[in-house]
Amino acid sequence: MTTLIELDAVSRSYTIGGVLGRRHVNAVQRVGFTVAADGPEVLAIIGESGSGKTTLARMILNIVPPSSGSIRFRGVPLHHVRRLDFMRQVQPIFQNPFEAFNPLKQVDRYLFTTARRFTDGDPAARADAALLQVGLSLAEVRRRFPHELSGGQLQRIAIARALISSPALLVADEPVSMVDASLRMSIVNLFAELRDRLGVSIIYITHDLATAYSISDRIIIMRAGEVVEAGEARAVLDHPQHPYAQQLKNAVLSIES
Amino acid sequence: MNVLTVSGLRAWYVTRAFGIEREVRAVDDVSLAVARGEIYGLAGESSCGKSTLIKTIAGAVRPPLTVIGGSATFEFGDRRIDMHSADPADVLAIRWRHLAYIMQGSMSVLNPLRRVRHTFIDFAQRHIGKPELEFLAIVRAHMQRLRLDPAILEAYPHELSGGMRQRVTIALATICRPDFIIADEPTTALDVVVQKEVLGLIRDIQREMGSSLLFVTHDLAVHANLCDRLGVMYAGRLVEEGPTADLLRAPRHPYTAHLVASLPRIGDTTPRASLSGAPPNLADPPSGCRFHPRCPLAMDICRSETPAMRGTDRRVACFAA
Repeated sequence: MTTLIELDAVSRSYTIGGVLGRRHVNAVQRVGFTVAADGPEVLAIIGESGSGKTTLARMILNIVPPSSGSIRFRGVPLHHVRRLDFMRQVQPIFQNPFEAFNPLKQVDRYLFTTARRFTDGDPAARADAALLQVGLSLAEVRRRFPHELSGGQLQRIAIARALISSPALLVADEPVSMVDASLRMSIVNLFAELRDRLGVSIIYITHDLATAYSISDRIIIMRAGEVVEAGEARAVLDHPQHPYAQQLKNAVLSIES
Repeated sequence: MNVLTVSGLRAWYVTRAFGIEREVRAVDDVSLAVARGEIYGLAGESSCGKSTLIKTIAGAVRPPLTVIGGSATFEFGDRRIDMHSADPADVLAIRWRHLAYIMQGSMSVLNPLRRVRHTFIDFAQRHIGKPELEFLAIVRAHMQRLRLDPAILEAYPHELSGGMRQRVTIALATICRPDFIIADEPTTALDVVVQKEVLGLIRDIQREMGSSLLFVTHDLAVHANLCDRLGVMYAGRLVEEGPTADLLRAPRHPYTAHLVASLPRIGDTTPRASLSGAPPNLADPPSGCRFHPRCPLAMDICRSETPAMRGTDRRVACFAA
């Protein structure tokens, strides 16, 4: 089995405070998992705020280096991977679509810039093709500013931008927590669709167990930087073993209760 | 008996730039009533007018927000007060003693530079009107009743977790044992485990004091677990209202039906449908029913005429229902 990304005992600590009262916070502690290169999947990483989800995402995206442990991309340690090549294959999607786009810049520019950087040929055609994958078209977003579009549309554009370079892996950090309730499922469903249609693997970071249950193949539950339970998504959430995982599941409110 | 009666309330944001008048119809013809001791839930997506509605109800109306028509009236015992025509001194007199407000961002309620104790003094001492030591004794007793450690009073906000800060703002809002509490998304920023505890705290206080509660959130699952009655807003209008369990089990408005159907559940693997389109821009709302561009049941009449709320116990504003 070839691996796309492989984490081996990855830890990251931050130093906070000044000269007095300096202390270390272990944001991520000895986390290890792999995403296979063959057979796309949606891997959900679940945890409360402060559990190290975002730090983990930033390490996978090569934005912050791990304090210890190693991350390998297609077998090569992350600090040896050629940067442009890595960016072509691993793309981020961030939490707040209103902050991810510059309010003074037309959104189609992001698509064109990315297309010129990673692909040959006509950037407009490439942007249009990527927008079609997310259920939009270039005509709808051309010359539009972020405030003219809804959160759901902006998040779709962010996903389209990430798809331009034909990546093998998307890392989505809380992609729907800022999106309206009536549009949330359409974004989540889109992830499952992209996995099936384009064969792209997705690391879906969230605190929402219900959406993770509905689309993910595998799930990792984190607490205070450590993995407490991992496995096949439905098996883990139907019958959580770890006390914390059980507590999380029991705290989820549903409209039937 | 109704503590709050809102009838035909219209609150628009009216701006004028270079002689061009622009209005955003954030709350357009909303009527509802909240009875004594009742928990009324208000649901809706962002920018549907929830926050504008409760701002207007609480009497926090400042330009460009303008009350165009209708009224919001509170009745506390024999005291009857219309928030928009009453003397500002009377409105001030009912704030905090009778009408309290739990806000969403606990970090922006508590002063980050001062100990929690000072925030209590700043907010509530003049409403209770006791000297400082006596006032702080009341605060300590109140916190113990909420099973909070009074030592929190000596902490700075950044030393407390998000859940603890939210509990402090709840204690702050309920210190005068108000008759009516407005809660604006008080648990949205919290993690699921903490959210459940904070909801339990809110329910306990409400039961103990017998207050009425107007609870606003976009999360239907929270409503299902807390509220007696539920109102659903879409694009500045109330579209459906009824007893919570009944409404969520058999929604009549297509928008409510969609919201309920799109909720993913653990243990249920059937794919969730999603709705096309996006909520409308309230500066230029669609004609007729504001939901018709996204509605699977839209008919000709929906494009030209605005449906009124019909019914008594279960109310719905839809021609197809």
